Amino acid sequence: MINALGQPQTVLLLGGTSDIALALARAWARHGSPEVVLAARPGERRDRAVAELGQLGLAVEAVDFEATDTAGHPALIESIAATRDIDVAVVAFGVLGDEERSWQDHDTAVHLAEVNYVAPVSVGVCLSQVMRRQGHGVIVALSSVAGERVRRSNFAYGASKAGMDGFFLGLGEALRGSGARVLVVRPGFVHTKMTEGRDAASLSVTAEQVADAVTTAVAKGDDLIWVPKAMRGVMSGLRHVPRPLFRKLPI
Amino acid sequence: MSEQPEVLSGWGRTAPTAGRVRRNAGPDAVADLLRGAGPRGLIARGLGRSYGDAAQNAGGVVLDPLPAVIDEPAADGSVRVSAGTSLHDLMRFLLPRGRFVPVTPGTRYVTVGGAIGCDVHGKSHHVTGSFGDQVVSLDLVLPDGTARTVGPDRDPELYWATVGGMGLTGVIVSAVLRTIPVETGYLDVTTQRLSDLDAVLAEMAGSDDDFTYSVAWIDTEARGGALGRSVLSRGEHATREQLSGPAAVQPLAVPAPPRLAVPFAPPFGLVTRSTVRVFNEAWFRKAPRFREGEIQSISAFFHPLDGVAHWNRLYGPHGFLQYQFVVPEDRADVVRRILEQVSGDRHTTFLAVLKRFGPGGSGWLSFPSAGWTLAVDAPAGPGLIGLLDRLDEQVAAAGGRIYLAKDARVRPELMTTMYPRLPEFRELRERLDPDRRLQSDLSRRLDL
Ligand SMILES: Cc1cc2nc3c(=O)[nH]c(=O)nc-3n(C[C@H](O)[C@H](O)[C@H](O)COP(=O)(O)OP(=O)(O)OC[C@H]3O[C@@H](n4cnc5c(N)ncnc54)[C@H](O)[C@@H]3O)c2cc1C
Ligand SMILES: NC(=O)c1ccc[n+]([C@@H]2O[C@H](COP(=O)([O-])OP(=O)(O)OC[C@H]3O[C@@H](n4cnc5c(N)ncnc54)[C@H](OP(=O)(O)O)[C@@H]3O)[C@@H](O)[C@H]2O)c1
Repeated sequence: MINALGQPQTVLLLGGTSDIALALARAWARHGSPEVVLAARPGERRDRAVAELGQLGLAVEAVDFEATDTAGHPALIESIAATRDIDVAVVAFGVLGDEERSWQDHDTAVHLAEVNYVAPVSVGVCLSQVMRRQGHGVIVALSSVAGERVRRSNFAYGASKAGMDGFFLGLGEALRGSGARVLVVRPGFVHTKMTEGRDAASLSVTAEQVADAVTTAVAKGDDLIWVPKAMRGVMSGLRHVPRPLFRKLPI
Repeated sequence: MSEQPEVLSGWGRTAPTAGRVRRNAGPDAVADLLRGAGPRGLIARGLGRSYGDAAQNAGGVVLDPLPAVIDEPAADGSVRVSAGTSLHDLMRFLLPRGRFVPVTPGTRYVTVGGAIGCDVHGKSHHVTGSFGDQVVSLDLVLPDGTARTVGPDRDPELYWATVGGMGLTGVIVSAVLRTIPVETGYLDVTTQRLSDLDAVLAEMAGSDDDFTYSVAWIDTEARGGALGRSVLSRGEHATREQLSGPAAVQPLAVPAPPRLAVPFAPPFGLVTRSTVRVFNEAWFRKAPRFREGEIQSISAFFHPLDGVAHWNRLYGPHGFLQYQFVVPEDRADVVRRILEQVSGDRHTTFLAVLKRFGPGGSGWLSFPSAGWTLAVDAPAGPGLIGLLDRLDEQVAAAGGRIYLAKDARVRPELMTTMYPRLPEFRELRERLDPDRRLQSDLSRRLDL
């Protein structure tokens, strides 16, 4: 159960090797010892993540998760929920990829849409079934400001995030009254392995900052946050910029 | 039968979850409801006055109070009531008959089932013990659907596991309660202003036994030499001779329903540092240095907050917590240290009440035990995590415990230290309820 101060007892990380997801597990571990299920592709990165969380004294279980295997998701998530409540599930997997390839190369474009949009929808449906049955639970969906107003420079990624963002906002509405909740998180530029080697955009944050904002939002029962907070104002400004001008902005 | 999930929380309005609420069930339906409870079980709910998650059951069944039934008192004054009867209704029934309940918590809006389930205490604990000590017998439906009558003299093991057992041993359907004779519905109150913690502790330790009712309100804004400055209020049931004016005309006046209500939760809490400071200051200033012989109504003395319905909404959308602990009588140092930490905390704001408990009872998971109990209210927020975790450590190390009826966040690891009979309680549940037909969010959170 999540207690009154927003501390979960079990956390499912889908995309368990994501830097943001791991920072979240560490943030919850600071004042508690939640059981963590790392759903991720097997490999060295996952082994390292299991070991790292284990060293914090957490009980960690790794399960194989491939985002594009949507047919396997229902059984996987049911099996995780069979032996425990899922207090919080973090939908953290995602790909950024090469911006130009992602609209010119057919395979790359389709793959990106599958990982960033189709797969989140797939796990979102499975998780909402589990959490409605439980009568409680929080789905944390890592969206992005890139989806709020899709720009030319990374529109394939942005469009996939716009889709998943809309789905999870709607899912949150649909789940009202069921005890289950959805928190949509829109970070700006986060320094993680996803953005490694790229020039940081302004208002950039660390994975730890995202994690702190998410743990606070889960505790307060928020349904939508921007990280950093200032991004909200920036994006609401950008949203209304006319297309001809928007096109010329250096973003 | 309502099968729609409904979102429920405790009085603190934190950690809401959805369960299927079963309304208007009669006592005869309980056995079948338990047998058909399903994988997430059932929990009985009273009036939801416990602060945390004791009376909710995410994904399971929540049984609303059984209809109120009160029989005419027997010659010895004992009275049979259904578990769904509120103390408000019971008092209104008993007072015209010149009788009263020996133990009442700080609100009348609790059910008899809830009062037994949490083994509640009142201002009289040092004299009367807790609610469980006022029960002659109770009728319980066990998780397998069988009915049992238990009491201190009849199957005491099951009885004392049920008293304070947080609804997890069975559903209480009715109880026979002892009552006390009273001449009036008023109290003769003695009020004292005390300048610091030592003064109030000494006064309570020295002369509490001269009064049936005693409790102190602490100004948490006071620091340094004034730390723990308090208003101590003690009382006795007033006799008819003590009444004058309108009270004398109708000495057995019954408590009224609330006159005011908070219609909805404002988008932000109104109980803030500055409002609490003003309240604390005003309360302390208005109290007399010493006054005796003041006549107060039952509501004013026992249930001052009941005058405003839904006052819990004033804390805003994120709700609030009450942290209540008890430590042994010789560990007043812990009370002092905790008050210091609470008064020094910048994030939050607190209202606090202090009481000296008499000897603890026999309930396996009952809260009261001889010593000092302090209850502090604070708006909920993740900023409290570190502070309350530190307080828990100090309480546990001193041989104390926190109150499950108020809890919404304790670390499960500390439970067996605070409640040494918890392992036995778990074994009993394993025997009585292997399929876990009784479950609550609390039982899942703390693995009770
Ligand atoms: C303003 C205020 C002041 C308070 N002051 C005090 C005080 O001075 N002293 C004190 O001890 N407490 C105090 N409390 C707490 C309150 O007295 C207890 O939480 C009490 O148990 C609430 O009763 P309820 O009927 O609302 O029960 P609920 O809160 O609905 O349920 C409490 C527990 O009892 C169980 N239960 C309810 N009905 C049954 C049943 N039929 N069979 C089996 N189990 C059942 C539930 O499962 C749950 O575990 C106060 C609360 C408030 C809001
Ligand atoms: N970093 C940012 O600036 C930023 C900004 C806004 C939003 N976000 C979003 O935040 C989330 C977490 O990102 P992050 O910054 O933590 O990046 P990250 O460390 O790269 O994490 C992304 C994770 O997704 C997993 N993944 C990719 N494809 C997968 C697949 N097919 N199946 C299963 N798992 C797959 C990867 O797992 P493997 O280890 O198996 O490769 C990787 O660990 C993402 O959704 C991202 O879009 C990030």
